[in-house]
Amino acid sequence: METPLIEFKNVTKRFGRRTILENVNLQIYEGQVTTIIGLSGGGKTVLLKHIIGLIKPDEGTILFRGKPLNGMSKSEVDASLAQMSYMFQDNALFDSMTVYENIALPLRERTTMTKSEIDSKVMARIEQTELTDSAKKFPSELSGGMQKRAALARALVIDPSIVLFDEPTSGQDPVRKNAILSMIAQYQRKFGFTAVVVSHEIPDVYFISNRILALYGRNIVFQGTPEELEDFDHPFKDEVIRSLESLQKELTGLHSKRQFKVMYQGQMKRRSLRDTYCVAVFKLESLDAIITGLGHESAQEAIQSMGVYIDKHFGAIGGFSTRRSINEFVTVLPYSEQDEAEDMLADFIKDFQEHGISEIWAGAREKAAPGTCVDFTIVAGLAQGQPIAEIETVIASAESQQREIGRLQCRLQGVNK
Amino acid sequence: MALSSKDQKSAESKIDNPTASATLLVPAVVKTWRLVRLLLSPFTAAGRTVISWVDNSGASTIFLFLALAKTFWHKQLSKIVQQLYYIGASSTTIIALVGFFTGMVLGLQSYHALVKLGAQGAIGTMVALSLVRELGPVLTAIMITARAGSAITAEIGVQRISEQIDALDTMRIDPMRYLISPRIVAAIISFPLLTALFDLIGIIGGYVSSVLLLGANAGTYLHRVQASLEMKDLTDGFIKSVVFAVIVATVCCYQGYFAHMRQDSHGAKAVGLSTTSAVVLSSVLVLVADYIVTSLLI
Repeated sequence: METPLIEFKNVTKRFGRRTILENVNLQIYEGQVTTIIGLSGGGKTVLLKHIIGLIKPDEGTILFRGKPLNGMSKSEVDASLAQMSYMFQDNALFDSMTVYENIALPLRERTTMTKSEIDSKVMARIEQTELTDSAKKFPSELSGGMQKRAALARALVIDPSIVLFDEPTSGQDPVRKNAILSMIAQYQRKFGFTAVVVSHEIPDVYFISNRILALYGRNIVFQGTPEELEDFDHPFKDEVIRSLESLQKELTGLHSKRQFKVMYQGQMKRRSLRDTYCVAVFKLESLDAIITGLGHESAQEAIQSMGVYIDKHFGAIGGFSTRRSINEFVTVLPYSEQDEAEDMLADFIKDFQEHGISEIWAGAREKAAPGTCVDFTIVAGLAQGQPIAEIETVIASAESQQREIGRLQCRLQGVNK
Repeated sequence: MALSSKDQKSAESKIDNPTASATLLVPAVVKTWRLVRLLLSPFTAAGRTVISWVDNSGASTIFLFLALAKTFWHKQLSKIVQQLYYIGASSTTIIALVGFFTGMVLGLQSYHALVKLGAQGAIGTMVALSLVRELGPVLTAIMITARAGSAITAEIGVQRISEQIDALDTMRIDPMRYLISPRIVAAIISFPLLTALFDLIGIIGGYVSSVLLLGANAGTYLHRVQASLEMKDLTDGFIKSVVFAVIVATVCCYQGYFAHMRQDSHGAKAVGLSTTSAVVLSSVLVLVADYIVTSLLI
């Protein structure tokens, strides 16, 4: 069995008479994105600060690659913790330093790199986080999103193998929230670090997470994949997930996966086994290319516009939709047979090509730098199911039949559809 | 007072019944305990203050030695130079201004006091010795506390409450080495230099008021300044300024660094109160230390 990168064994932490963490047991595995969810003030940040050594446990042990931190020599602890970076909830940028100086600080203070080596490394991170124009600005001159990116650049500049993100999306609008999550996912794939994220953004954070840890009542009550969390039966789901899910419609206006499931089950109960329904799956392809070409915020604007458009079109004719992954949407047409659904989809495609794709481009262009271009391809697939069939099978069938329904090519002169 | 038969019966029944007697006893014990606590409360408060004072004295001494131990590192020089500019060079104008007027006032007062005794020739001695032995080191320390000390506390305090110091920790940059050590070393270097400047400008100020404005003899003034000052006066003055530098820098850095630990407030208010505490405490400790050092050196 794989040794966890970080493991908590019966960790307890008290502040005065208040117990914040009690017998916490958890495992974080290398190369994964692990998200810690829980109520505000529930001890998530305290838990994260234990990992980086800012807070020491009162009881219990923290193991790093299977070795207890409290049994290591000071140099071993330093070497272990030196592999980590921490992105604070409020960024903790040095307000008397420019963005460049903030990012260069760990290299200047901790390494023996020359000035030119530091400069090239810092500038590379500044370019990757789209902060080139802001390098000489002070943090107070930047927007909230840009400050987050500067904090992210500072966290990544030492090439850490573990990055801890403390509520990286707090105080951001829905598009920026998703842009930051997408940025974390993209950098995690690009640099291969292990990410530990504290977040409230349910279900958006599921799309980037390999594992979820649920902190509830001073303890970890769930560890597993986002899919396993769907089937988890615990008061935590009622108190935390559902309350946080109510905010999920911010980005796309679509139902959460759980709400979608409840609606689907409600519809199917009322149907006879011979009745049919249809499922359409829509996907915005080459998301990474869109992010590279237009930036994270524009990509999120495009996703938002696509979700809103699908919901508007199919919601009006009795369909209900959800966001299945970061760039994929599923719509159920509960009372339609294949032929009827084909006609609906054809209507949608016509309408989408005439208006929808322009709206997506308009949404994306709002946030993109002037003169930037990128190709958008949207594919859709349709499949018919019966109440007896598993929805996942029907979705998989619709995915296998996906074909291009819209393409937007950007030229310097304008937009070709 | 005689009890009525009803009360007597009730009391007897409570004595016979242990539960009832305990019920009677509890409020009496509570009342006595409250009274004792009230009487002891001034001692409790005094005890808490003394414990807190001893605690903070010990902690700030350790803080100082930790900071000094972290001075010797190849990347410290640029930070010390930066702080020398901030604490030292930037304070020269205000030190010169205060020194000049202090010297002028000394010259003025000395002239009018000594004229009555027919000893106006001793103005130079009075101005020079007052400045070099006492006023120079003390007023320089208090002025730097007001100008740079308060800013040091506020800056470090804000860095503490906005998690910038925690950020240093997470980057494995030692905050004591990065923030505190350069400031304490820069203060130890700056204070004697600024004291020397204060003394010199003060003597010039005394010359302006007593000689140029009031007509005392210039040659006598300068001769007395030169003749009355011994090397010991100068070294004693500099010893004092180094002691004051250690006190002011340690108190100001300590108050800012632990602004988040204040029991009486949080956040921005804690930074404000820490800054006030730093200035008041530094000024008082400078005067207390002045007496102790003077009594040891004299």
